[in-house]
Amino acid sequence: MFLINCPFCGEREQSEFKAGGEAHIVRPKQPTELSDDQWAEYLFMRKNIKGIQFERWNHIHGCRKWFNMVRDTSNDEIKAVYKMGEKPPVK
Amino acid sequence: MTKNLRVKSSKLVDETYRISFKFNGTTYYGFKGDTLASALLANNIHLVGRSFKYHRPRGIMTAGSEEPNAIVQLHNGTSRTEPNVRATEIEIYEGLVATSQNCWPSVKFDIGGINNFLSPLLPAGFYYKTFMWPASFWEKYEYFIRKSAGLGKSPDVPDPDIYEHKYIHCDVLVIGAGISGLIAAKTSAKSGFKTLLVEEKSYLGGSTIYQDSEFFKINNQNSASWLEKEINEVKKIENLEIKTRTSVAAFHGYNFLLARENLTDHLPLEQRENKTRQRLLKIRAKKVITATGSIERPLIFDNNDRPGILLSSAIKKYADLFGVACGEKNILFTNNDSVYETAISLIQKGIKVQAIIDNREEIDSKLIKETEKNNIKIYKGYTIVDTFGYKRINSVSIMKLSKDGQKVIGSKENISCDSLGISGGWTPAVHLFTQSGGKLKFRDDDQVFIPNTYPSNQISIGSCNGDFTLDEILINTPKLLKEFLNIKKTEYENIEIYSAFNKSKRNIWLLPSNKIVGKTKSFVDFQNDATAKDIKLALREGFRSIEHVKRYTTTGMGTDQGKLGNMHALGIISETASSKMGELGTTTFRPPYTPLTFGTIVGRNVGKYFDIIRKTPIHEWHVENKAEFENVGQWKRAWYYPQNGENMHEAVQRESKAARDSAGILDASTLGKIDIQGTDASEFLNRVYTNAWSKLEIGKCRYGLMLNEDGMVYDDGVTTRLDENHYIMTTTTGGAATVLGKLEDYLQTEWPELDVYLTSVTDHYATISVCGPNSKKIIQKVIPEIDLSDKDFPHMSFKNSKIGNVKCRVMRISFTGEQCYEINIQANYAKSVWENCMEAGKDFNITPYGTETMHLLRAEKGFIIAGQDTDATMTPIDLQMDWIVSKKKFDFIGKRSLYRSDTIREDRKQLVGLITDNPEEILEEGAQIVADMNKKPIEMLGHVTSSYFSPNLKKSIALGVVKGGKNMMGQKLIIPMEKKQINVTVTDPVFLDKENKRLNA
Ligand SMILES: [Zn+2]
Repeated sequence: MFLINCPFCGEREQSEFKAGGEAHIVRPKQPTELSDDQWAEYLFMRKNIKGIQFERWNHIHGCRKWFNMVRDTSNDEIKAVYKMGEKPPVK
Repeated sequence: MTKNLRVKSSKLVDETYRISFKFNGTTYYGFKGDTLASALLANNIHLVGRSFKYHRPRGIMTAGSEEPNAIVQLHNGTSRTEPNVRATEIEIYEGLVATSQNCWPSVKFDIGGINNFLSPLLPAGFYYKTFMWPASFWEKYEYFIRKSAGLGKSPDVPDPDIYEHKYIHCDVLVIGAGISGLIAAKTSAKSGFKTLLVEEKSYLGGSTIYQDSEFFKINNQNSASWLEKEINEVKKIENLEIKTRTSVAAFHGYNFLLARENLTDHLPLEQRENKTRQRLLKIRAKKVITATGSIERPLIFDNNDRPGILLSSAIKKYADLFGVACGEKNILFTNNDSVYETAISLIQKGIKVQAIIDNREEIDSKLIKETEKNNIKIYKGYTIVDTFGYKRINSVSIMKLSKDGQKVIGSKENISCDSLGISGGWTPAVHLFTQSGGKLKFRDDDQVFIPNTYPSNQISIGSCNGDFTLDEILINTPKLLKEFLNIKKTEYENIEIYSAFNKSKRNIWLLPSNKIVGKTKSFVDFQNDATAKDIKLALREGFRSIEHVKRYTTTGMGTDQGKLGNMHALGIISETASSKMGELGTTTFRPPYTPLTFGTIVGRNVGKYFDIIRKTPIHEWHVENKAEFENVGQWKRAWYYPQNGENMHEAVQRESKAARDSAGILDASTLGKIDIQGTDASEFLNRVYTNAWSKLEIGKCRYGLMLNEDGMVYDDGVTTRLDENHYIMTTTTGGAATVLGKLEDYLQTEWPELDVYLTSVTDHYATISVCGPNSKKIIQKVIPEIDLSDKDFPHMSFKNSKIGNVKCRVMRISFTGEQCYEINIQANYAKSVWENCMEAGKDFNITPYGTETMHLLRAEKGFIIAGQDTDATMTPIDLQMDWIVSKKKFDFIGKRSLYRSDTIREDRKQLVGLITDNPEEILEEGAQIVADMNKKPIEMLGHVTSSYFSPNLKKSIALGVVKGGKNMMGQKLIIPMEKKQINVTVTDPVFLDKENKRLNA
């Protein structure tokens, strides 16, 4: 079970958090102009990386804030956490 | 014919404290400190169970948690019976009653034993191959399999014992209190770290604590005496907590571990009352030091599973620690030096060693010399090819090994015995390490897997790290600790060590036999009865991956997870398939390391503490008025209020009729309520609901439908504009938390520029809904100052008001189709306002109704319930609710998905009404809907989602989803049931008052 460093609260047990899927997928500004395929790309297609993955997490049983996490899925090492809107600290 | 095989008093056993216990109906005696296994062995009992598949007699094989055979059922009264207890772990107590588990009708005569003679018919994969077909026979097979392969019985009454969970945070956790664990704990604690030491056994010191001979010395003392002094010091250290009888079950990522602390299982029954039995420790450690030791390997030869065959180290432990001889004529069989330690121990205690059979040809060590001095015959370069004796081993036959170890040569020799100790070397106990995500490497020298890379802040030390000898442990452990704990010095720098152990070993995974392949029973997994032959068969049948071979042969899939035989399975695969051990990988060890009781897992979360119970502030009134309750998520909701012995149907019919004829009252407090404020609140609602919100006037209410981004209906509810920048949204009861979560998600991540604040106020306000033609008169009595005229307070509007001095909000909204007012008031006033309404409604036969009547009333009006009539595959168009989807709005959540190629299909399932030909016939919710019963396969068009008998329409009504249902109005369809077919007609989903006249009646 992870220990997650919430950018607002500090280190907390994983059981206080909820994972929210891949990060940095921006909702299209003009969905009506997209083709079915383009919209499907946004709606359904998600990466499932073995290695460095950018994810969204929510401190659901804490401050309720969403934030981003960089996690190595091969060994569950959390490389970084950062607030929404901030640039990822690692590439 | 029981004998006493107690040879000598020992440190662990208190011979002044005699304990009686029952095993398979006979009373025996043991001493305080005995395990059930040591006490049985002292009474010369080896046969304790039957094997899983062939029902072969099996005996105690080990002296620890790796035991595959000696698994018993404990009976402490009817409610405390417990299956799968390892006799090698349970400490005896006065009154213990145990029985063998895997045998029927008895351990001595077992009908399943016939499987042993049928074994050519029971190869690997037998169950897969045979019982899978025909599927309809499974019920018959299952009966016989379950009966003959009983895996113990679970109690059928609630567990009366107390269990609890405890969190522990420490700097350093040390797992295992053998010599290396003790050194680590002492070093860590003395360096200032808050340290926790856990040990699965009742005593400290591991195997070194009984390594009491001149062949193993530390600083010129026997290693056992040296360690005893260490233990005395360790016990006095202040920031070191020691927990014995505590077994780590799971080692998760980020140094989060679960351990089970056994508190009362060793106590006499009468001392256990009102005490916590077991505790689940949830440990978060900054650093973890794993010192779990190693497990002796068996040797794989024909008939290596007879009662009386034990691991050599177990024979030594029973003699040294419990003062028990496992036999009077012992033979030891080995490929390494370990059995000579056992031999010397036995000789010292006057226990006879008949012979030693050693795979190795050229051997030389101090231990061996000492053994030879005692005139014990050592057969060098020999192997056992067979054993004899059905319920107890009585002899072995041996042959010489060829130079390459692949064959046996020469003639057979028989030697009699009553006990055989075997040793195939040692396997580091890396189970916890691999659970944590650690990766292993294979060490060719002695054919072991040892820790390689650590995923968290942890190390392995001692023999679980591959340091098997005293000198390796005492030299390497302090070095590892210094680096890991970042300290300069330990107390163990200039220590003098003497160990007579020689590390030479001749590793042969499957020992050769004079019999032809296929005629031998060389067990690799004793608990699951998997033999070397089974593994070879699996390889012949094309299985290559170790994980597949494991599942096909069931090797390593017992409750012991193959702690003894997994390495041999790998070795045999590697030899047969000519692949390298290191490249095969290992199977995954999964938590728990040893089985846990359900009690430990659930702790105090039992009975009414199993889950949170949410009650509305009016709950007590419902209880007093004999409501039946329904669980809606965690909420207890009044379901219906039976009067004068009514059943549910009768109560609901009465309540429904009263609500339409005069007045009904509903506790709607569980509906989710979200307070929405901010200058962009209207824009926000525009984006999350399908309809338009900007033009909603202050004081007005509007129904909204919320979609997922995929266009499917997610939740619905009425939202009221309280002020320019202030709304209150209601959600479904079940959706309250997830709707708030979803809205927060969009606000924080997609639209952070919006000035909007969301607050859940579900628990802060209670909602009392009064409906029916007389609702206006009742509300007027409760709130005299309010103007309820239709002109001033029309349907879908809201007013602030006061009851006495207490502010309230009154909404005129309706989920029933009747004229209806909802009073929202601070929760703590709710019950008295409810009572006011009841009093005011007396003259109008005001009738409290529950969720069942609410569902019926809304179905009459064709109102959906999100989650009942929808299932995450229904768009608003599918629901025939096109009217609520704004065409003008540029965007809202899910809009683009409403015209994807899939969502515009005409033949999607669509919501329709269903009227039965027979008005008395009530459909079953969930029933399938078809059109043509003759065309096979019958096409299923949809299913019934809601169904009731309407007392107001005096007929059966139902809602359902049907493929292309929108264009099927008036069409006949069929609901096929088990014994009949029900004919229905497709209708509009609105059954009552299509013109909405009743809203203003
Ligand atoms: Zn937080």
